[in-house]
Amino acid sequence: MARKTSNRRKLVMTILAWSVGFVIFFPILWTIILSFKTEGDAIKTPLQVLTSHWTFESYTLVQERSNYFRHFMNSVVISFGSVILALIIGIPSAWAMAFVPGKRTKDVLMWMLSTKMMPAVGVLVPIYLMFRDWGLLDTRTGLIIVLCLMNLPIVIWMLYTYFKEIPSEILEAARMDGAGLRSEILYVLTPMAIPGIASTLLLNVILSWNEAFWTLNLTAAKAAPLTAFIAAYSSPEGLFYAKLSAASTLAIAPILILGWFSQKQLVRGLTFGAVK
Amino acid sequence: MSTQASRAAARLMISPSVILLFLWMAVPLGMTLWFSFQRYNLLMPGQTGFVGFQNYEYFLTDPAFFTALWNTLFLVGGVLLITIIGGMLLALLLDQAIFGQGIVRVLVIAPFFVMPTVSALVWKNFFFNPVNGIFAYIAHFFGFPAYDFLAQAPLLSITLIVAWQWLPFATLILLTALQSLDSEQLEAAEMDGASIWSRFIYIMVPHLSRAATVVILIQTIFLLSTFAEILVTTNGGPGIASTTLTYLVYVQSLLQFDVGGGAAGGIVAVILANIVAIFLMRMIGKNLET
Amino acid sequence: MGQIELKGVTKRFGDVEVIPPLDLHIGEGEFVVFVGPSGCGKSTLLRLIAGLEDVSGGHIEIDGQDATDLPPAKRSLAMVFQSYALYPHMSVRKNIAFPLKMAKADQATIDAKIENAARILNLTDYLHRRPGQLSGGQRQRVAIGRAIVREPAAFLFDEPLSNLDAALRVNMRLEISELHQKLKTTMVYVTHDQVEAMTMADKIVVLHAGVIEQVGSPLELYRSPRNKFVAGFIGSPKMNFVEGPEAAKHNAHTIGIRPEHINVSATEGAWKGTVGVSEHLGSDTFLHVDTEFGLINVRGDGEIDLHSGDSVWLSPDLSQLHKFDAAGLAI
Repeated sequence: MARKTSNRRKLVMTILAWSVGFVIFFPILWTIILSFKTEGDAIKTPLQVLTSHWTFESYTLVQERSNYFRHFMNSVVISFGSVILALIIGIPSAWAMAFVPGKRTKDVLMWMLSTKMMPAVGVLVPIYLMFRDWGLLDTRTGLIIVLCLMNLPIVIWMLYTYFKEIPSEILEAARMDGAGLRSEILYVLTPMAIPGIASTLLLNVILSWNEAFWTLNLTAAKAAPLTAFIAAYSSPEGLFYAKLSAASTLAIAPILILGWFSQKQLVRGLTFGAVK
Repeated sequence: MSTQASRAAARLMISPSVILLFLWMAVPLGMTLWFSFQRYNLLMPGQTGFVGFQNYEYFLTDPAFFTALWNTLFLVGGVLLITIIGGMLLALLLDQAIFGQGIVRVLVIAPFFVMPTVSALVWKNFFFNPVNGIFAYIAHFFGFPAYDFLAQAPLLSITLIVAWQWLPFATLILLTALQSLDSEQLEAAEMDGASIWSRFIYIMVPHLSRAATVVILIQTIFLLSTFAEILVTTNGGPGIASTTLTYLVYVQSLLQFDVGGGAAGGIVAVILANIVAIFLMRMIGKNLET
Repeated sequence: MGQIELKGVTKRFGDVEVIPPLDLHIGEGEFVVFVGPSGCGKSTLLRLIAGLEDVSGGHIEIDGQDATDLPPAKRSLAMVFQSYALYPHMSVRKNIAFPLKMAKADQATIDAKIENAARILNLTDYLHRRPGQLSGGQRQRVAIGRAIVREPAAFLFDEPLSNLDAALRVNMRLEISELHQKLKTTMVYVTHDQVEAMTMADKIVVLHAGVIEQVGSPLELYRSPRNKFVAGFIGSPKMNFVEGPEAAKHNAHTIGIRPEHINVSATEGAWKGTVGVSEHLGSDTFLHVDTEFGLINVRGDGEIDLHSGDSVWLSPDLSQLHKFDAAGLAI
């Protein structure tokens, strides 16, 4: 639509939009600013904070005192591990449902989604007790299993909507061209499906990274990912604003960057293809 | 492609996820149901046995249950109200011709990617804190006394934090829907003599209503299990002023070790969530056909 | 090479029988067109031959070999799809090479065949491009190229021109006909457009509700349609049908007369009428005439100076009259 817009109107809208954007982003921006201050400076008035000197010391302190890196690795292993496991289980299912739809395919998909509706507290007690008995409490393995199952319905749904967009005529063409099932998957399906698989991976890693019910309830120290690590700051002793900011910045930075890349997929993925 | 061989293969490929999800849903839920009829407290290992509906009776007649139910409704309703209205306005704003649209989008979306524990702590300490928080500074600047948000309006404060996290989601989905609106429709309406306001009411709002319903239902599912924000800001307090259903079940089962009572609460939460879920499933089911 | 024999082939989807038992012989080197309205089962029949669908009963023989249970790849057939079905992530060269790669041909053979196909189809300059960068006609040619290099026993075309615009469709129609003359390979072509069928086919198979209504050369079908359905489907504009007393005069339940077999006169003739819409193309004139038997379409050569509202007399050429009984069969 090539509509004429007056420059003045555009300028007003721009200023308005930027102001709103700034207000919404401000808490994150402020956290980043505080992370480069000393503890003493971080609790001064906002104007004094901005004019005080900048330093990296909070970052080194966070690492030294609480071994930030270990929690970071826990987050990486748990979020990627759970999603990759879910992809391994989910890709064949989504593939089959998208390309060999049966009478009950739709029911199966809806049922899978319905498992996602079950509130976590409903199964907190048995899962907690089972994990205690099996020695899975506070382990990466335990969380990978739980988060994998949590995300499996979303993973299958997202893959299904992406696979569904691959025209089945292309797969038939491959079969006519003499491709067996293996070549069909290897040369035709996989290259066409990779963008969809990548988006699915990305969005679900974000969801797992930020998951804060199971990670808080099933870990204590050893396997605690960043969500639990940050939660430990809720009852602080002494000056901690700068250190909290540094730890928070480190915890959200990777996912913020990943997230900005996945804006479009986010809409599709979280609305199960209902909004594109 | 519907040959016999591919059908058999398809069934084989679907079964692992179906079996796993079935186990994941049925086994713990079955156990929760079983526990909910038992006297089972981890602090009193000797006293177990079948108690019928006693746990439910306890849970449902506890005044804390009604407070928690009300708090849950307040939290979910409040966040939905803020995000839908705010999201609609933001989407309309971002859909305008502006300089640096991409950057503004990035700024607006950012809160969605912040983990709940971080956003709760950031708001609690840097903004709501009555001594060092920015809101306190602003109040002082204008000569007002500082307001202790989390002590005096704990539920509203948590609602604001959660709304900040979900506003980007609502905005993004409504914006996507807005951009998918066929511009010829708007132009046709313009030719038919519709004013900006009529175009908004008769063309845009009906077009956005589907996306808005999706936002409401999906957010509801996630909001019903809001947990970390409460845990790190107020711990459900003061008293039980900010305890939701989810948090109440957590306190009962993992802090008071009352497995039976917690399980009964869990079942109640599942039933309530399912009432919401039925609506969501219906709607997504409809979209699946198109 | 290239004979296809269908013996009692049946297809059911659940309880619905879309193709009742059907026999058909497709001879070597023939250009056979399956034509019929949408939903008549023509595409399903093609897919049964291709092996993309299982038959519910009967046998398919290709070059005397029973191919009923062979997977598509083993039938030595090549197919061109309606949506072209090009692999979007591969260049034109790789698209064309794909079937050869699947057949494990050596690189020298692959290169030679690609060069040859590209030359025949005017694709030499586009080999490095992706399908997304090509126009509709070029994509269509790539799809054909991918079929040619396999040197199949027969080509299968599933409405290959329906996604092209009108002008391009005429061009591609010619190109496919030329290709057939050059390669002399059996071609089975599905379309709902009777003009494509008439212009390209050696043999037309008219399908209706899964049943073969008639098989024959284009002119056979035009001159002596076996029933009312074929009569109405073949030929453009459509044949006019008249029932009742006027038909009874010719000892028939229904009589049919093609628009081009009616003489028009302003002064005298058999049937009187009034011109409704008149279309003047210069080369032809189409008149829609209201008569006591209903609307009659007339086609005249050159310009006929009649316009809306004029009275006309129509005289059917009795030697070209088609007669049908109550069941719609030609008498």
